[in-house]
Amino acid sequence: MERTGTAAPREAASEPGGPGGRRPFRGIGSGGAPAGGSATDFVQRHGALVVLVAVLAGAALAFDGFLGVGNLNHIAVGAAFPAIIALGMTFVIITGGIDLSVGTVFGLAGVLAAWASQYGSLAALALPLSVCALIGMLNGVLIARARLAPFIVTLATMLGAWGLMLAVSDEGTETYVIPDGLALTPLVQDRFLGIGYPVFAVLALFAAGGILLRRTGWGQQVYAVGGNEDAAALMGVPVARTKIAAYTLSGLLAGLAGALNAVWLGSGVTIFGIGIELDAISAVVIGGTLLVGGYGFVSGSLVGVLLLESIQHIINAISGLTSAYQQVVSGAFLIAVVLAQNYLSRRKRPG
Amino acid sequence: MTAVDVPAVCGDRERVIGWLQEYGVYVGVAALLVFNIAFTPHFLSVENFRTQAVQVTPVLILSLGMALVIATGGIDLSVGSVMALAAAMISLYLGYGPVAAILVALVAGAAAGAVNGALVAFAGVQAIVATLAMMIGGRGLSLVLLPQLDGIRNAGIRELGAGDLLGVPYLVWVSAALIAVVAFVVRRTVFGRRLVAIGGNRRASELSGLPVRRTLLAVYMLCGLFAAVAGVLATARLQASDPNSIGQLIELSAITAVVVGGTPLQGGRMRVAGTVAGAVLMQLLVSTLIKHDLPPSWTQIAQTAVIIAAVYVARERGRR
Amino acid sequence: MTAAAAQDGAGAVGPILRTRGLTKRFPGVLALDGVDFDLSPGEVHALVGENGAGKSTLIKVLTGVHAPDSGEVRYRGAPVRFETPLRAQQAGISTIYQEVNLIPLLSVARNLFLGREPRRLGLIDFGRMHRDAARILHDYGVEVDVTRPLDRLSMGARQMVALARAVVADARVVIMDEPTSSLEPREVETLFSVIGGLRERGITVVYVSHRLDELYRICDRVTVLRDGRVVHTGAMAGLERLRLISLMLGREMAQVERQGATTFGGAHEQRAAEPVLVAEGLDAHRRLHGVSLAIHPGEVLGLGGLLGSGRTETARAIAGALPLRSGRVAVAGVPLRRRSAAAAIRAGISMLPEDRKGEGIVPELSVRENIALAAMPRLARFGLVSERRIDRVVEVFVERLRIKCAGTRQKVAELSGGNQQKVLLARWLALNPKVLLLDEPTRGIDVGAKAEVQRLVDELAAEGLGVMLISSDLEELIEGADRVVVLKDGAVVGELSGGEVSEGALMQAIARAGRAGAGGDAGADREVEP
Repeated sequence: MERTGTAAPREAASEPGGPGGRRPFRGIGSGGAPAGGSATDFVQRHGALVVLVAVLAGAALAFDGFLGVGNLNHIAVGAAFPAIIALGMTFVIITGGIDLSVGTVFGLAGVLAAWASQYGSLAALALPLSVCALIGMLNGVLIARARLAPFIVTLATMLGAWGLMLAVSDEGTETYVIPDGLALTPLVQDRFLGIGYPVFAVLALFAAGGILLRRTGWGQQVYAVGGNEDAAALMGVPVARTKIAAYTLSGLLAGLAGALNAVWLGSGVTIFGIGIELDAISAVVIGGTLLVGGYGFVSGSLVGVLLLESIQHIINAISGLTSAYQQVVSGAFLIAVVLAQNYLSRRKRPG
Repeated sequence: MTAVDVPAVCGDRERVIGWLQEYGVYVGVAALLVFNIAFTPHFLSVENFRTQAVQVTPVLILSLGMALVIATGGIDLSVGSVMALAAAMISLYLGYGPVAAILVALVAGAAAGAVNGALVAFAGVQAIVATLAMMIGGRGLSLVLLPQLDGIRNAGIRELGAGDLLGVPYLVWVSAALIAVVAFVVRRTVFGRRLVAIGGNRRASELSGLPVRRTLLAVYMLCGLFAAVAGVLATARLQASDPNSIGQLIELSAITAVVVGGTPLQGGRMRVAGTVAGAVLMQLLVSTLIKHDLPPSWTQIAQTAVIIAAVYVARERGRR
Repeated sequence: MTAAAAQDGAGAVGPILRTRGLTKRFPGVLALDGVDFDLSPGEVHALVGENGAGKSTLIKVLTGVHAPDSGEVRYRGAPVRFETPLRAQQAGISTIYQEVNLIPLLSVARNLFLGREPRRLGLIDFGRMHRDAARILHDYGVEVDVTRPLDRLSMGARQMVALARAVVADARVVIMDEPTSSLEPREVETLFSVIGGLRERGITVVYVSHRLDELYRICDRVTVLRDGRVVHTGAMAGLERLRLISLMLGREMAQVERQGATTFGGAHEQRAAEPVLVAEGLDAHRRLHGVSLAIHPGEVLGLGGLLGSGRTETARAIAGALPLRSGRVAVAGVPLRRRSAAAAIRAGISMLPEDRKGEGIVPELSVRENIALAAMPRLARFGLVSERRIDRVVEVFVERLRIKCAGTRQKVAELSGGNQQKVLLARWLALNPKVLLLDEPTRGIDVGAKAEVQRLVDELAAEGLGVMLISSDLEELIEGADRVVVLKDGAVVGELSGGEVSEGALMQAIARAGRAGAGGDAGADREVEP
């Protein structure tokens, strides 16, 4: 890890993972979102970014080498896997739903990928992706067609995915190892310009997600479903299909994140995965997406993930605090953001 | 939906679903009992019933508190973490004697519930989000306070977990008492009527002068308190404080028990007997699977199916 | 008929939509009973009837919400059976509902084009979409920044967007359900000119409204429904107003003339000179500007004014349900110190809210629980409910208000609208109030219940209660109130009492207060240009 460096490269290096990551989506957005102008709108849209910059700046002053390429890469790669989950979560939350199953789906995907890696890279991706997409689709069908409450359905499949993972890993006793020389491994573990490949993959995924959400008919339908479901149905939006697609996408992306994570770690660890869904939800909400649905953007979720990850690194840097502290901070942070959002939206629409 | 085209069939289907909502849980319990009597060796023994009754205690107590919250149209995902918090408190304050430790644990539970309640009632945060944050944060806090399992050697706590009165374990006495309290509160008190009305129509309740926020706060506090009781009892039975694994995913069982018992997730209705039967059903289901040597993975997948089925049946009337 | 109409698929003279023997049964009700209904291309067709007459069922059958039990719908000459509202819409039958069905947080342009966005290279072409949206909405009198979210628009402008959307989607038949109920007068004018434009283009408009003036102004033909049957179809012109009312109500004309349209008696005697309720300088952010009024015991005080003039807000402010910047409310000389619904109730103020479903009934609870809801603390001791006391109170009111239910333990959701309203009245009367604020007490309930509620208001006033009545039914207001305070833009602009209380005087009082749009209400309302 590079701990020292001159100021200029540091600034440049902050671009890909930091503010630069927003670029593909900026300027498109005068459409569905409350148009900029007033201060509250600005805070809603860019508040997370401002805080992120402030946090990074503060950390750079407080800790030597915090903005070094090595450390930033560390943060960015650490954020990469949660970011992929948060991307899927963004779509689900904009439809007005929530997906609590992504944590254990993430864990399940890791075990599946590690198990399937004995059959090659393709299998290591195809198996977890298809299983997780199916779980997501099951969520979607139960929520959209059977009209069950999203949180209870996804809470149940959270348990189901955990059970599935136990079944695959011989009740959690077996840890599958990714074989050496898997073609996928270098693609996940290597770096370009000191930045890990997963970071670029995440940027590409978010760019695609942004275009999907803002510039395609399906994206409009996602907003419409979250904004007013009944009206959307009357306006010809295939509500059920839109929701099913959103949950499938969420499952798929959680699966991708889990598979990549397993390859990155070299084994399918049977971690519980609980708490990841909270991080993902927090990131999405911090990024300005409304939990009630109908409003939000993917770039914000990326900023949200980076912000959470940076804070975690700072906590680690302060001292060797346990991950338990991180959970406390995470919970508190989510509440703080939701309170701020409530306050802002109350100010925006008096009465 | 074909409901419009074939009214007769639709009426039957509706009646079946209505009946299932009302009595399905009892049928389920009876079916599992019959199955176990027929196929499980040594099922019909005092010892086994004692075990079942003791094992159901935490979920049962949680689901009572959960039912109150759900009746107001809310949800509390943090109950498992509050159990862990209570367990940690027991271990930390046992030095001041078992009674003090239990009191501290209960206060901590009520305080966690108060935070949930304040966020939901006064700050207008969605219940799912507020309690999800508490679920994660509360677990983290308990682990910060008590990083690993801590055995409990205090005689009083051990007696609470293992002893009995008139041949009935203390744990069962406690849950019976709490069932009675909740039934009384719901049927006979103004508070009980209010919480159901708030779940049925919050704005109407506000305009009718009901102290909506105070009631909600109290309901979440009660739920936290009940969760702490469950945590204390589970710790006593385990004879160890284990904030890492105690109450993990138990909120799901509690919610399922409530919904299976006929209290709809959207609130406005509250069934105490059904909730108790729902908790018993979940307990019997798990123990049946275990007794027939199915691995935990199967237990969880089966639970998933039951939850979804229960919510599906419950939804039907809620929509009307 | 216009040229455009003549080109229509059904041919020059054939109806665009025609039903024969349409029947729809719900459990216990025959909602439609052999309905024959024709629509010609390019006509504005009024569909009228009291609540429960079958209007909404007919609309729902035509638009694919319900399937008919028997009978036939022919659209453009061919028999059709729409499975969903969407199918009906795709075929060209669109409905504009009272509660506008659009997506509030989505931009105006996106709402307009949702599902048919202009594309370039497979992606949405926002530049073109915004230009087109602005151009289209211009024709509907909506001059707004189309990139703004829809919820920044006034209700009238939103309705125009919904209408524009229907027309953009090639609607041949547009069904408008009470389109003017939330519009300002100038918005109504815009709507009428837009409807005129639709007629020119050969689009058929089905106009559902209770406002007879409007029907006579813009409708060509009228169909009157009663008890699920068509009792009259014919040209609007030449149909006498009184005859139309009698067709709707099913009462003899002479009876209507003799009794008037409401069941209110004459003026009430004021027993005391001291007002039971005094409100002074009620001021709520952007909604009320120093409203002061007083209600005497035994008096029915009407609140007059147009929609959005602050009538509902005044009632809510008095009842503690609207946060105030300043202002005082005193009951029987005792000022209220805390501003909350609970405090107002304790002081003896009861308010029947306008939104019966949303703010009134608790649908899952029984009639009994609903009646006892507000009075619960008084029907309990030490926090414990007394079933006996509840039963006593409930029995009294079920009998007095003639609430029709299959026992007091029946779920209130299963009752008719009128009976639900009576349950709510019972809830408030059970509190033994000194002042009763009634916000649209008879809206959306059947004629019989309406008459009973009006009679009850009379009785209550005669018993010495102070009553405040808000009603958009002008006749109800004029005949029911002893005195009318006229509001406009959140301020009192006049007062009528005794012989002055008449429709003409009320109109004048509203008109006198200056041109429309004066005063500082929400800027959003200015989106629609006359």
